[in-house]
Amino acid sequence: MAFEDIKAGLDKFNAGVEAKLAKAPERANLEPNRLYTPLDLGEDFDYVTKLGFPGEYPFTRGVQPTMYRGRFWTMRMYAGFSTAKASNERYRYLLANGGSGLSCAFDLPTQIGYDSDDPMAEGEVGKVGVAIDSLADMEILFDQIPLDKVSTSMTINAPASVLLAMYIAVAEKQGVTPDKLRGTIQNDILKEYAARGTYIFPPKPSMRLITNIFEYCSKNVPQWNTISISGYHIREAGATAAQEIAFTIADGIAYVEAAIKAGMDVDAFAGRLSFFWNAHNNVLEEVAKFRASRRVWAKVMKERFGAKKPKSMMLRVHTQTAGSMLTAQQPNNNIVRVALQTAAAVMGGTQSLHTNSKDEALALPTTESVTIALRTQQIVAYESGLADTVDPLGGSYYVEALTDKIEKECWAYIEKIDELGGAPEAIAKGYIQREIQDSAYKWQMDVEKGARIIVGVNKFTQEEEPPKNLLRVDASVGVEQAASLAKLRASRDNDAVKANLAALEKAAADEHVNLMPYILDCVRVYATLGEICGVLREVFGEYQAHTTL
Amino acid sequence: MANIKVLVAKPGLDGHDRGAKVVARALRDAGFEVIYTGIRLTPEQIAEAALQDDVNVVALSLLSGAHNTLFPKVVELLNEKGLTDVLVIGGGVIPASDIPGLKAAGIKAVFTPGTPTSDIVKFINENVKA
Repeated sequence: MAFEDIKAGLDKFNAGVEAKLAKAPERANLEPNRLYTPLDLGEDFDYVTKLGFPGEYPFTRGVQPTMYRGRFWTMRMYAGFSTAKASNERYRYLLANGGSGLSCAFDLPTQIGYDSDDPMAEGEVGKVGVAIDSLADMEILFDQIPLDKVSTSMTINAPASVLLAMYIAVAEKQGVTPDKLRGTIQNDILKEYAARGTYIFPPKPSMRLITNIFEYCSKNVPQWNTISISGYHIREAGATAAQEIAFTIADGIAYVEAAIKAGMDVDAFAGRLSFFWNAHNNVLEEVAKFRASRRVWAKVMKERFGAKKPKSMMLRVHTQTAGSMLTAQQPNNNIVRVALQTAAAVMGGTQSLHTNSKDEALALPTTESVTIALRTQQIVAYESGLADTVDPLGGSYYVEALTDKIEKECWAYIEKIDELGGAPEAIAKGYIQREIQDSAYKWQMDVEKGARIIVGVNKFTQEEEPPKNLLRVDASVGVEQAASLAKLRASRDNDAVKANLAALEKAAADEHVNLMPYILDCVRVYATLGEICGVLREVFGEYQAHTTL
Repeated sequence: MANIKVLVAKPGLDGHDRGAKVVARALRDAGFEVIYTGIRLTPEQIAEAALQDDVNVVALSLLSGAHNTLFPKVVELLNEKGLTDVLVIGGGVIPASDIPGLKAAGIKAVFTPGTPTSDIVKFINENVKA
């Protein structure tokens, strides 16, 4: 059919339904068009340049040629709470039940480089993740888990180098060499400044630690994903879908620039960069977001940075369902939300996925609720048919139009951030934080006005009993950790600890030295995380946040 | 009554401040004078800020699960500084079973996820001592 005919048909269709829809203005005025046609793709829509084939530039349809016909995404459940022993049990349970990779959640003192007995850690030990103070805890965390067989993701940023060093050291003890290790460290400090808050050091030394890791791993831990450039937390803080990928890709640009400035060849490290997206409630918008993000990153790497290897242009992504969309009200409804978000991530072509549990608006998940979340992925994989063909929504008039729209919004933000001097500058000026806050506030006001419906919260509400059987982390975890620390400090070779920390301090003061080998030497003799970060705090200073409202 | 002054504060190490910022902005739009401390404050720093800024309300937000330790500590320190008239409220990921204990410790109201900001405005208007 010619475009004129479609246009004429669409006009007729619109005229026909206008009158009917006038009776229901609430639904009639939603943001997307009520119908999409080939007109929305445009007459010059070029399949090869816009979409191409999976595994080929610009990777709109996916990063691997086989996608889920080769193998399913990695079902990677984010877990960790209380002590290393309790978390080790949860990991082994997940692996025994079909989980295909590990994902470690650390408690806040660990994420901010404090030992469990530090006064700053009061009340927080073991709460949102597992407490790791030294290699001794890490040995327990991975007890009976063969590190040459499993891939492990670690949500750790400011002290990423220390936790990676501990992982390498545990592997050594298992007889596994670093070149066999597979996994990811989050290592994305820019979004900590902008949205998540577990920063320690100022931007400059933080960027140095990150590029030190890129360089060290490119030579010694070649299968490791050295960073997970994360939009997840930016979205959780309130950003829109387009803002999520735009601010994250802008962060990605800053990391690539930093590594090139440090003297690395783009193709030597870019293939190990990975991303982290949120799977939010609006299924088709999310699918379009995944597709748009791959296209934008491929263009950035090829055109802006002159990458040659296709691997350097691939946006490989881990996904987590949106925690902020879970409701404390009628928590069983969250199972359905997570299933839809899972569908979005899978149709969007994620490489790995964590599904949230129904009780996480209230507490950390119980074993029962985690099992439902894992089973949700398995049902989508094996029963739904969504994984049976690559990029199943490719060619949908709506999804293609939406992919284009999100891509356009993303480029506009990247241009704006470039004008401000790049992501670190835009964050220092509070620009990115303000954009996120404005979106968060608008969302909340829409919910309060009833312009946005959340089932069980502002519509279809009901009286209910508070849920029982929530997971509780006892305050005794802090006492227990402090006692093991005292024992460790009494039994280790303290001369070696002192000497290695002094060597690290000296190396840190020279910005041309790669700190990874020095940090490894410290962890091997059981220097604690707090001691290592303490030395770096002395040399680097601490980041002072500028709060905007 | 003079303008109500509210300190929105995040004790502990938790960096999730979407809720704190949304509440701070909603309270400001409701006509209160609002100070937001930013993240990662110790209870001592919060009590000191409440004293320095002479606030009527301290609104605490915490999503990490450390509320049972840190919220009561803020109240204790406020009392030590003689700020017994300051209305202390809290919010975050807080299981219902923790709320009675927090109330007994002097947290006058606990607002959990899904609370409309207008409920918080109403509570402050009705409970701040003139």
